[in-house]
Amino acid sequence: MNITLNGASRTVADGASITALVSEVTGRALSADGQATDGQRLGVAVAHNSEVVPRSKWHGTALADGDDVELVTAVQGG
Amino acid sequence: MIEANTVSESTTATSAAPGRHDSLVIDGIALESRLIMGTGGAPSLDGLGAALVASGTSLTTVAMRRYSPAESGSLFQLLVDHGIRVLPNTAGCFTARDAVLTAELAREALETDWVKLEVIADEHTLLPDAVELVDATEQLVNRGFKVFAYTNDDPVLALRLENLGATAVMPLGSPIGTGLGILNPHNIELIVSRANVPVVLDAGIGTASDAALAMELGCDAVLLATAVTRAQDPALMGEAFKHAVIAGRLAKEAGRIPRREHALASSAMEGRAEFL
Repeated sequence: MNITLNGASRTVADGASITALVSEVTGRALSADGQATDGQRLGVAVAHNSEVVPRSKWHGTALADGDDVELVTAVQGG
Repeated sequence: MIEANTVSESTTATSAAPGRHDSLVIDGIALESRLIMGTGGAPSLDGLGAALVASGTSLTTVAMRRYSPAESGSLFQLLVDHGIRVLPNTAGCFTARDAVLTAELAREALETDWVKLEVIADEHTLLPDAVELVDATEQLVNRGFKVFAYTNDDPVLALRLENLGATAVMPLGSPIGTGLGILNPHNIELIVSRANVPVVLDAGIGTASDAALAMELGCDAVLLATAVTRAQDPALMGEAFKHAVIAGRLAKEAGRIPRREHALASSAMEGRAEFL
């Protein structure tokens, strides 16, 4: 199925969770509570169809075809 | 009538870290440096890190943008590595809705409820949009955020933001990135004299003396980015600002002499030698 990630189309496995998507994009392994397993802070957040999803709920949130996901992090500015 | 700076002064006196009598205490957190740094405009992350360290800052603001694998998360890690507290901002937001959503994302990503609220009117002036700013402040305070409100140098608006529950008010000296310094020192003094939350001079600082002036006017801290990140030698300028903020603070505490119309001799006239 296809979703929109940060404004670009992306193919993900049917019913993939937000955890799977974040892990795939960042290249970091994540536990069920949404924390990186390497012990470092992950430093990203997700908005799913314009709603912020707490990392504790990433694992239980399945993506659907056509969903819009914003994945953000801290950058220089302000 | 409101007493000037009752809250910030009393918290500073009672809960500063041992041996540091002049920490700025915000939301129960003692910040050793009164220089809050921005990160915009730095050509490289290494150079930015050196400038931040040289500035001695304890708190630094970052923007939230789409994740890009090519430049992933290293700024956040840089701040964590240097023990600098992170203050996410809502730079680039034009509406209260966008600012609130961005703040929510920042809280989730960086695990802090502190936010520098920036709601600008247009890209030409980058001036705060007062109506959206008030709306966003109210929403964010209700959602449990500690709002550091970037605002115009308007004493009325500053008080409104404080009354809505802002943790700190941050009036601009002049528009972002202009380096014009403090265009209306009288308004800044007026804001300081009526505030019961920390006042942070934010935006428009050009060089060290501007920051010293802000502190002399009674501001609790100074926030700047461009003046350091776009200086010819950012690390050296960072160090200059570190001293300027301390000097301005000390001068304010020391109490300056009144301005006079005419000269006042500092040497006694009696006992002069007489020459025939």
